[in-house]
Amino acid sequence: MKKWTLVPLVLFLVLSLLFYRALFRENKNDLPSALLNRPLPEFQLPAVLNPERLITAKELTGEVFLLNVWGSWCVACRIEHPYLLELAEQGVTIYGVNYKDEQADARQWLKLQDDPYVLSVADVDGRLGIDLGVYGAPETFLVDQQGMIRYRHIGIVDKRVWEEDLKPRYQALQKESG
Amino acid sequence: MLQVIRYVISLLTLSLWAMAANAAAIDDYVFATPEQQSRFIQLTTELRCPQCQNQSIADSNATISEDLRREVYRLIGEGKEDQDIIRFMQERYGDFVLYKPRLNAQTLLLWFGPLLLLIMALVILVVIVKRHRKADQPCVLDKTEQAELDNILDGKQ
Repeated sequence: MKKWTLVPLVLFLVLSLLFYRALFRENKNDLPSALLNRPLPEFQLPAVLNPERLITAKELTGEVFLLNVWGSWCVACRIEHPYLLELAEQGVTIYGVNYKDEQADARQWLKLQDDPYVLSVADVDGRLGIDLGVYGAPETFLVDQQGMIRYRHIGIVDKRVWEEDLKPRYQALQKESG
Repeated sequence: MLQVIRYVISLLTLSLWAMAANAAAIDDYVFATPEQQSRFIQLTTELRCPQCQNQSIADSNATISEDLRREVYRLIGEGKEDQDIIRFMQERYGDFVLYKPRLNAQTLLLWFGPLLLLIMALVILVVIVKRHRKADQPCVLDKTEQAELDNILDGKQ
């Protein structure tokens, strides 16, 4: 048997491995954020609970924080909410982007369900969502002290996601900034 | 017979309904020029819906596709070039949003993989054919072999 007769076999195995990994990787529906290591997009939006106050991206920077995209219409956000409250209680800074929501519903939600956010901005038409590359809710971004997006989690943040994905990165960023 | 007619009618209604549903995805945008409209159609079929994953934003009824169609419309209205609009989408949603991926290190295999496989298949084919030819060729003996054979045939050993 000549050496080259093994080539198709090796090729087949390599391709199989490639396809296997693509088929069975975790979170295969998650798209990587195009904004990683880029600054938070500029915006100027009213705060949900205080519409007269306009919030800009600059006001959010200065510490490591989570930016959570939510809506009162979003069922998964309802499931996520109690854990966000827990995180806020632990001292994690969370800002909210209220994505494509009725403002009355959003305010009612924050009053009835408690408010884990330092503040939420009202992205009524979803423009900020588009600038963030958001395609659903909930999505959670990890932003560093310089206001750079460093990580994105798509879907619910729960204990497992926090412990395994977000917390190590959050702590590393805090250490990085001293 | 009546049943067949009924069947055909229901099929027709169904297809009409499907057409109407399809048209609903194309929002009622008014364009300044027919050229803008054709650019809009071209762009929205080239951009992929980030949520539904296998539809273009023209085909999809997802709210995100609706939003992205509105953005394309807005950008066309602002006089942006096609490549600017595509870059706008790409900066936010990554390469995923393009049905025609750019050529870079990551997409090299995507672009040239099929060609590579074709070349390999051709090489293998050529090798196999050559081997067959060899097997088909008449057996030619060299001088000593021929002499040996003659000896055997003559019964001389």
